[in-house]
Amino acid sequence: MDNLIWIFISALLINNFTLSYFLGLCPFLGVSSKLETAFRLGLANIFVMLITAVCSYVLNTWVLIYAPYLRLISFIIVIASSVQFVEMALKKLSPDLFRALGIFLPLITTNCAILGLALFSTNKGYGFVEGMVYALGAGGGVTLALVLLAGIREETRVLNIPNLMQGTALNLIIAGILSMAFMGFAGLFST
Amino acid sequence: MSDLADSNKRAEEFLKGLWKENPVFVAVLGMCPALAVTNTAINSLAMGLATTFVLVSSSILVSLLKSVIPKQVRITTYIIIIATFVTVVDFLLAAYTPGVHKELGAFIALIVVNCLILGRQEAFASKNTVGLSILDALGMSAGFTFAMLCIGIPREILGSGSLFDISLFGAGFEPWIVMILPPGGFFMLGFLLLGFNWHAKRSKERALLKQTVETT
Repeated sequence: MDNLIWIFISALLINNFTLSYFLGLCPFLGVSSKLETAFRLGLANIFVMLITAVCSYVLNTWVLIYAPYLRLISFIIVIASSVQFVEMALKKLSPDLFRALGIFLPLITTNCAILGLALFSTNKGYGFVEGMVYALGAGGGVTLALVLLAGIREETRVLNIPNLMQGTALNLIIAGILSMAFMGFAGLFST
Repeated sequence: MSDLADSNKRAEEFLKGLWKENPVFVAVLGMCPALAVTNTAINSLAMGLATTFVLVSSSILVSLLKSVIPKQVRITTYIIIIATFVTVVDFLLAAYTPGVHKELGAFIALIVVNCLILGRQEAFASKNTVGLSILDALGMSAGFTFAMLCIGIPREILGSGSLFDISLFGAGFEPWIVMILPPGGFFMLGFLLLGFNWHAKRSKERALLKQTVETT
C-alpha cells in the first residue's frame, strides 16, 4: 500500500510528466488559455491514460513477451484506437465538451504523455494495480500542470505585457518557473 | 531557364526548414524532445540525427506509397511507417552506442509522437515527388538539429561548464545547475523564442522603413 502511495505521489508531483519529463507539451501550451478547457483536457488525458494502462498491461503480459520488437507499433495502435473510442463516446455523451476540446482531442493520439506512460510503466515493470495508480498519478500531474498554467495565463491577460513577450515565449518562461517550483517536491523521497 | 527555376525551387524546399519555417522556433513543433534531451550538446546532436534518420526514411516511403495509401487510413499508415523506423533507430543505437541510448532512454521511442515528423508526412511527403520530399525532410531535420544544438549548447555551457564533455572553464567555474535541470530547458527555449520574435519584429520594421523611404 505504501508503495502505491509513493508511485502516485511520485508521478503526480516529483516526476510530473509535463514539468519534469516535458511530455505532452503541445496541449500544455496550446489549450491552456482558458481554465475550464484546460481542466477538461486534463480529464480527457486521465481517461485515455487509464485505458492506456490497461491496454499496455494486456499487451505486455500476453503479446510482447513473444515479440518485443513490436512494442512501439502495438502501443501506438492501441493508444490510437483508445483515443478514437474516447472521441466517439464524447461526441455521443457530451457534444458540448466535444466542441470545447475541438481539434486537440485527436491530437492526444500523438501526445507523448500517453505513449510515455506506456513506455515508462513497462520499463519500471509495473503490474496491473501499480500501472493503474501510475496512470492516475501521471494524468493528475498533467491536469495539475495544465490548470496551473491556465490559471496564471488567465491572470496575465489583464497585465500590461510587452508585445515581444506575448505568446509562447511568455508561456515557456511561466512553465519554467512552475517547473522550478515543482523541483521543491524532489526532497519528499529522501526524508 | 526552367532548370534555374527548378533548382531554385529545390534550394527553397531545403532552406525553408532551416530558418523561415524552422520547426522548433517558428512552428513550435517537436517541443518534447527539444526540451527533454537538450541538457548536453551530445544528447542534442544524437537526438537530432536520430530524428533526421526517421524523418528522411519515412518521407521517402510515404512519398513512394502516396498513391497506394487509402485516404481514410492515411494517418494510421504514416504512424505505423514512422514507428517502424523508430524501432530501427532504437535498436541501432542500443547496438552501437549503448551509452547514448541509455542517456536518451525512452525519448528515442518517443520520436514516434514528434508532431514534426507526422506533420511533414501529411503536409509535404504525401503530396510531392520523392526527390522534393527528401529535400524537404533533410531541410526540416537540419533545422530541427540546429534548434536542438541552439538549446543544448548554451545549456551545457551554463549548466556544467563544458561543451561536448570538454571542460571549458576549469575548476573555478561554479555551474549553473538549474540550466541542465528541467526548468532550464523551459527558460532557454523561452528566451530563444524571445530572441526570434525580436529579430522578426526588427526585420519587419526595417522592411517597412525601406518601403516608406522608397515611396517618398
